This record gives sequence, structure tokens and C-alpha cells, in this order.
Amino acid sequence: MMLKPSKSDPKVERAERIAADAVAAQESERAKAASGKRKASSYWAVSWNIFKRNKLGVFCLGVVIALVLVAIFAPLLAPYDPDAQTLTNMLQPPSVAHPFGTDEYGRDILSRIIYGCRVSLSVGIVSQVIALAIGFFAGVAAGYFGGKIDAVISFVIQVFSSFPFLLFAIVVMFVLGPGLVNLYVALGLLGWTSTARLIRGDVMRLKGSEYIQSCKISGGKSFRIIIKHLLPNCVSTLIVVTTLGIPNAILSEASLSFLGLGVQPPTASWGSMISASQAYIQTSTYYSVIPGLAIIITVMAFNLLGDALRDALDPKMRS
Amino acid sequence: MGKNMDANDVVLEVEHLTKHYPIKKGLFGKSDTCVHAVEDVSFEVHRGETFAIVGESGCGKSTTGKCILRLTEPTSGTVMLDGKDFTSLKGDDLVEARKKLKLIFQDPYSSLNPRMTVADIIAEPIDIAKTYATRAERDARVDQIMQAVGLDLSYRARYPHEFSGGQRQRIGIARAIVLEPEVVICDEPVSALDVSVQAKVINLLEKLQDDMGISFIFISHDLSVVKHIADNVMVMYLGHMMERASDEELFSNPAHPYTQALLDVIPRIRRERIRDKTILQGDVPSPTNPPSGCCFHTRCTKCMRVCGERVPEAHEIAPGHLCACHLYDESLTDEERTPAVEVPLDAEIPQA
Repeated sequence: MMLKPSKSDPKVERAERIAADAVAAQESERAKAASGKRKASSYWAVSWNIFKRNKLGVFCLGVVIALVLVAIFAPLLAPYDPDAQTLTNMLQPPSVAHPFGTDEYGRDILSRIIYGCRVSLSVGIVSQVIALAIGFFAGVAAGYFGGKIDAVISFVIQVFSSFPFLLFAIVVMFVLGPGLVNLYVALGLLGWTSTARLIRGDVMRLKGSEYIQSCKISGGKSFRIIIKHLLPNCVSTLIVVTTLGIPNAILSEASLSFLGLGVQPPTASWGSMISASQAYIQTSTYYSVIPGLAIIITVMAFNLLGDALRDALDPKMRS
Repeated sequence: MGKNMDANDVVLEVEHLTKHYPIKKGLFGKSDTCVHAVEDVSFEVHRGETFAIVGESGCGKSTTGKCILRLTEPTSGTVMLDGKDFTSLKGDDLVEARKKLKLIFQDPYSSLNPRMTVADIIAEPIDIAKTYATRAERDARVDQIMQAVGLDLSYRARYPHEFSGGQRQRIGIARAIVLEPEVVICDEPVSALDVSVQAKVINLLEKLQDDMGISFIFISHDLSVVKHIADNVMVMYLGHMMERASDEELFSNPAHPYTQALLDVIPRIRRERIRDKTILQGDVPSPTNPPSGCCFHTRCTKCMRVCGERVPEAHEIAPGHLCACHLYDESLTDEERTPAVEVPLDAEIPQA
């Protein structure tokens, strides 16, 4: 009868270790294969994961989404016609029928706030989209082509940003005439310089990169380089600049409406409501406070959202 | 080492290539001085050959590559690609010719657009050249080339940041060869990689050369890699061609004092003391103000009187072996051959 090798036999021990190693190697191989099949984690997925960790940012995103929904569904949400006057009911304090009270013409302030949200958000977003389009192309032209084009565009940026903001807005609105569309244009024309400046810097940094050289070696035209290489690498800058520009535009709209150069009565706007409430501030304080709060909440939500997006999208903030 | 190398079939011919970068001075950008990056360099590359350009940092080897590709326009000289003057092409002819000439970059991190997927990066030359009519054909070609360079097909939709340096370099190689170019310039393609990965990438390049008959211009400062991969080697110093020969000839029989000094300092695993070797003294002179005569004479151990006075011409010292050094000029007088006695200004004084 053959003796079974005992457990302590060094040869057996070694054989067992080799076998165990082989199994472990197979397993790690399989794990690698499995991880190869996992979903591609794109830049945006990574950014979203970072963004999700910022609770304040997520909350502000919720507020912004809620504001957008309020603006879209204003006719369904508003309890009264915002422009319907009931002169017997003027300057009523908050009550069950009118949760935010009524104004000097007996109009429901809640309904006017809800409709005013449309004006504020549309002014913020549309004017910033205009600013974004002008700013991106001006910035790319200056940064990519350089030389004289850069000198001219940089000079124009300097001129635009040296004007006192409100004075310039008043002049533009005076020339164009008051009205919502003109307000979009005026604020768009005012806001493009910061976008252009940042994009110019980004493009100057990116244009020497080797993947753009590689595109040139293959005969890629400037248009392709701008659309395929520069734009995607500037998107995070564009998102952050725009998100931070929207609250500025909302505040500017409020200022211009306060001065009577923005939205014209009877259309409700938060700025014009504050303007109208001035005369009654001692007797009906709620009339000034409520549109003021609406502006503060909206501007803060956009500002904090912009900060959170910058943290999530900027690769330098990741570590 | 190109198996398919055909010594009679010249693919790329560089003639008297010169590149000066002007230095802007003063208020109105008038330039009176310039950097002499590449100075009258000529060579030819055969089909299926690996032609190596070696030299220290700043010797103009990368600039030579960029001038050939017209990433920067040469000051003078011509580049003939397939018998056509590549330097003067314009418009559609240039786009067509660019299909034949590609570049592999040194840094696998900055050479891939971080916002493009692997498949889109590799397909970019196809997309620009509009080689394939349908999307399916394009994707099939991308798959084929990914397999050829050893990339898993499941990586198609991934982004560059998910890969290691070696894999990124494979992506860069795939992008360079997807249109089956005739000449690929490899600008230090492995110097940013780990040694073990270097070997894999070098083997991949050799395999692709054998399969597709591509010619490589291999720019490197790593002589052991060059010795392994090159068929012909050119040594550059301060923008000048110093020596040019076949791989075996150059490494077994280096003629130029600069080449000898370079070969002497390759680290080898052997018992020898680095102190016994000739180590070049001083620094490379400024290319803004290159030395008179032979640009190497300030550091040369065999410097003669003539060396500071006249620029040496390239002498053919053996068949196919060119060397730009006065030592091999038989027409020199004894007076000119007298060793230059003065100690070079920048020589280090040995310390006790």
C-alpha cells in the first residue's frame, strides 16, 4: 500500500500553492473581463456623480426646475387672471382667497408672481443664450485666429466692459424702446464679454494641443477643429458662465423694470411690482417683500447651482 | 526592421530642409535674430524602411518632423512625397497627400481629445478624408484597425482617461495607420512609457510595418531603441546632420566624434567604469547664435584649426555612410589639421 503524502510534504505544499495561484489568476482574469463589459463611464457620468454629492447643489437644481415648471404652467397654477382688476379689493393683506394679498388695482399678487416668473426666467435664459452665442464665437475667433483679429476683439471686449452697466443698459433700451424682446437683446449684448474672455483663454490653451495638431495633419479644416475639438472642451466653461450669468440678467431685468425701461404694464414682472409697491411700503409691506423674496430665491438658486456645476465640471477641482 | 524594405523605392525625400524661427524684438516686431532650428538637412526614406533621427534635446529632430508634416512651414528646402513636392501642395491636393503622411505623438496623454470616444478618435482621419460612404463601412474599418493594434473591441465607446499610457499609445497608433499611410513619423513614441510597455509598443510597430509596408521616421534620443528598430540612422546636432549610415555601420563603426561620444555613454550592463569614457564637456551652444565653422567644434575632443573656420561638408567615408567632419576631408593642409590647442571656453576644470 502506498503511503499518502503527508500534509507537511514541502513538494505538495508548493503544488497546492501553485494551484491556488492559478485559480486566483483565473478569477482576476474573469473579474477583468467582467469589468470590460461594464457601462462606459463618460465624462458626463463622472461629473453627475460628483454633482450628486453636493446636497446644496442638488437642492438648487430642484428649485430651478420648480421655477421653470412654474413658468411653463403659469396659466394652470395661477388662481386668478394676473391682469384682472377688482378695484373694490385693492391692497388687501394676505388672506385665504389671496394668499399673497392684492395690489393697488386689486390684482392677485400670487398670480402676478407666477406670471412674473415667466418674464424673469425667459429674460435670464434667452439673454444668456444670446450672450453665449456671441461670446463663444467672438472668443473662438480671438483665441484661435489670434493676431489682428484677437487685438480687435479684445479691444471691443474692453470697451464693452468699461461702460457702466446700468447706463449702457438704459442707453440700449432707450434706443431700442421698451419691451420684452428688446430686453433680451439688450441684456444679451451686455453679457457676452465675460463668456468671450473665458472662451478666448480656453481656446488659446487648447489650440496648441496635440490632438488638434493631429487633426491638422489629417487635413482637418478650422470649422471641424472648432466644432469637434474646441466646442466639446469648452462646454463646461460655457455651462458655468451661463448659469452664473442668468441671475445677473434677472437682476438687471428687475432694475430696468423698476426704472420703467423693462417690461411694460400691465404685464407682471418682479421688478415692476417692486417699483409699484414703493408708494405703499409703509402700509402694505407684504406687497414689496413678496416680489423681493422671489428675486432673492431665484438668483440664489442659480448662483449656487452655478457654483456646484463649476465644482463638478472642472477637472482641476477633482482629486 | 522592415522586412519589406526596398532600397530602390524612395518614398520620401527631404532636400536641404532649413527652419529658422524669427525672434520678435522691439515695438514693431522687427526681427533681426532667429533660432537656427534645422540647418540644411537632407535624407531619403525607402519604402518599408525605419529611418531614425537621433540627437540630444533641442537638436532639431522634432522640428524636422514638424516641417515634413507642414505643421510648421519650413524656411527653405523641399519634401518630396512619392515624387511630388509636398511642400508646395495646396487645397485638395494637400488633403489628398496628407493621407499618406501621419504622426505618432510622444505624449499619449495630451494627444487624445478627452471628450471623444476611442472609435471617434481612431476614425477622425477617415472622417476628414471621407474614405467610406456608409457608417457601417467606417465602423468596420475602425474595428479592423483596433484589432490590428491589439485593442479590445469593447473599448469603442470608452474615453481616453480610462486607459493606461500603453493603451493610449495604441489608440494613437491606430489613428495614425487607419488610412494605411506610406510614411509615419514617430516622434519619440515610447519615451513616455514604462520599459516593459515600450517593448510591446516597439514590437507592435514592427509588426504593423511588416504587415502594411509602412515607412517609419523614428525620432528618438534612446540609442538602444534605435539600434533595435532602425534600418538607417541620422545623427543630428544643433540642427545639422552630423552622420548618416545604416544601423549596423553606425553602431559598429561610428565615424563622427559626436556619434562616438553619444555611443560611448549608452548605459550597458557590463563591468566598465563610466569615468573611463569620453563624456562631452560643456553644454549645447545656443541655436540663436551657433558657433562658427563646425557647430560641434566647441565640445569636440579632436578639434582642429580648420574646424572653427569652415563648415564641414558631408563626406562619403564608406558606401552609404556620410559624415560631416573635417577629419575625413583629405584635401586639408597640415596647417589646417593642427589640433586647436586652446581649451574650449566652457570646458569644466576638473576638481581635485
